[in-house]
Amino acid sequence: MTILIKDGRVIDPANKIDGIYDILVENDKISEVAKNITTSADDIIDATGKIVMPGIVDMHVHLREPGREDKETVATATKAALRGGVTSVLAMPNTQPAIDCPESAQLLKSIIDKTAKANVFICASITRERLGRELTDIAKLKKIGAVAISDDGSSVDNDELLLEALKKAREQDILVISHCEDKTISAGGVVNLGIISTRLGLRGIPSESEYKRVQRDLQLAKKAKARIHIAHLSCKESVELIAKAKKEGIKVSAEVAPHHFSLSEEAVSAFDTNMKMNPPLRNKQDVEALKAGLEKGIIDVIASDHAPHTENEKEIEFGRAEFGVVGLETELAVSITELVNTGLLVWPDLVRKLCLNPAKILGIDKGTLGVGCAADIIVVSPDKEWIVRKEALVSKSKNSAFLGKKLTGVVEYTICNGSIAYKNPDSGE
Amino acid sequence: MPVAWTRKDLLGLEDLSKEEIELLLATAESFKEVSTREIKKVPALRGKTVVNLFYEPSTRTRVSFEIAAKRLSADVINIATETSSVRKGETLIDTGKNIEALKVDIIVVRHNYSGAAAMLGRHLKASVINAGDGWHEHPTQALLDIFTLKEKLGRIAGLSVSIVGDIAHSRVARSNIWGLTKLGANVTVCAPKMLIPPAIEQMGVEVTSDIDEALSNADAVNVLRMQFERDEENAFPKQLEYFKNFGITQERLEKAKKDIIVMHPGPLNRGIEISSEIADGANSVILEQVTNGIAVRMAALFLVAQANENISHDNTD
Repeated sequence: MTILIKDGRVIDPANKIDGIYDILVENDKISEVAKNITTSADDIIDATGKIVMPGIVDMHVHLREPGREDKETVATATKAALRGGVTSVLAMPNTQPAIDCPESAQLLKSIIDKTAKANVFICASITRERLGRELTDIAKLKKIGAVAISDDGSSVDNDELLLEALKKAREQDILVISHCEDKTISAGGVVNLGIISTRLGLRGIPSESEYKRVQRDLQLAKKAKARIHIAHLSCKESVELIAKAKKEGIKVSAEVAPHHFSLSEEAVSAFDTNMKMNPPLRNKQDVEALKAGLEKGIIDVIASDHAPHTENEKEIEFGRAEFGVVGLETELAVSITELVNTGLLVWPDLVRKLCLNPAKILGIDKGTLGVGCAADIIVVSPDKEWIVRKEALVSKSKNSAFLGKKLTGVVEYTICNGSIAYKNPDSGE
Repeated sequence: MPVAWTRKDLLGLEDLSKEEIELLLATAESFKEVSTREIKKVPALRGKTVVNLFYEPSTRTRVSFEIAAKRLSADVINIATETSSVRKGETLIDTGKNIEALKVDIIVVRHNYSGAAAMLGRHLKASVINAGDGWHEHPTQALLDIFTLKEKLGRIAGLSVSIVGDIAHSRVARSNIWGLTKLGANVTVCAPKMLIPPAIEQMGVEVTSDIDEALSNADAVNVLRMQFERDEENAFPKQLEYFKNFGITQERLEKAKKDIIVMHPGPLNRGIEISSEIADGANSVILEQVTNGIAVRMAALFLVAQANENISHDNTD
């Protein structure tokens, strides 16, 4: 099986490539990146006028399987991922059961082996049942294949326990991903604390609940001399803290979700539960700070925090509805629309944040188009507009914050491990 | 009327224009006389069915809506949580759709979650009137407050109105703020700092925690009911302290405008937010508010029913 992608603008920051090249894929791998490759191939993709980049590495995805297959499965999420140009995902461990022991990690692994349509990497939990009481066996979990640990959905409240986890993670050279939230501050809140919570009469979540934890976790990482990755930043204070920590030499990386840099709390105005997520949409200054953080390189990664929920869990009173939105199918287009087309990021920077940086942070061999690498490649029409429609979403759940929105940038082809795993049905070709 | 009412629902005053609020008030004025007749009934909603769907205990609002609907000749059914299937875990939308399937024209909903009325309105073809949703809005209460004020002082524009009490958790406060500011009144909210929600000045109000300042220039004061948790150990000292610092008393009113109007949405907590002598005194319009509530709710029921008839008529054309 050979694929030749011709005449696209190939962007591969890992190899400092940005120009018109051809790419040849042979036997699941990239075998050549050069001008005017004339070899014949089984499939020839004309990428004239298109962007050719590594498949996206989304390091924050809730697959819901095992346990909540009514929301999403490994199969449906990875199918949605391919439509969004995502070829690798990191599966968050807050499943039922949680990925907190070798048995459940093995269970997830077997589901992945049988049903995944894209690469799925495992994030195990930091503590047993994610209760923040007892550490998991990090060494064993790593051996089974976990590339990171996180209690995502919750913070580890106990300082000493997190410090111990960070030290163990350093010894095992595994990444700790931190969900920063002090639930004693955020408890009961459903939207950002501010004018919108005031107008709508909803309990607010102050930014402090996030940034105080960011501050603590940075100090603990420093003390443990460990790497730490801060998930889903939402407020300007967190960005400032991370900027400072990076200057200090703390080994921190940070991510932001597309909804947080593209939408503000104003979006909640009509009690739309598809605008309810945790952390919540913040105010306009926070959105600007997140964008500036991306621009200045303070924020390394864009990740979807894909969080599928059924309609039954969303089409209810705002205060009772689940937190979270799906994002695999829109993250690239939202990023192009909000960051590239506005001049905030140039294409190679976007590719770094979507592909190369998360791969590096996780220590996985992804996010590049280097010769010899597994062929995870996407071909994107950068200027094509589309409207996000509920019916067209591949994900099992439809709780997108972007329904009805016009976005720019369409994935035409997703090549995953050397085969064409997705082709845009409306490519017009 | 220069403006027509086209909304099938009345969900809050934030969404309404000044003209729409004025239309509601004018309609209420025309209905007020009905309640003074020997036969207190007009056939405006004859053949229509109104359901009061109340998820929170309420007597006065429910009774007021019930009387308003009956004076318009509508049939009224009351559903309270105790007697309905909501305890069996039915969703609000399902409950609403089931009521709609009974060919009900208007659902008056009281709910403890902010946004519940709006959600119901979005999913149903029947009209929905918000009778209070969480801390969000209570539009008919604010309309009756404004109606009473206008009746007393002849205008709203240019008036100074202070709202005193637990602003953070009050749907009455929010609806009053929207209604009054849209009609050109100057609104001040007054409460202990922890009961003032953040950024409220962006709703176009002045903010103070000094009750004397709030009263000094006010043409009217709207005193909110203070709810201290009943089982809370120090509820009583808290009540005393609140009365001392924010209670509306004779002594305080003596420093205010002589004719200051005193309003209260009820039920009263005498000796907590207001003294008995003020509640029963010459400045108080508290019982007139209750009377006007009927006219305002008749207007709301009538306008949404009429608009919805036009909408369904347009759809069948």
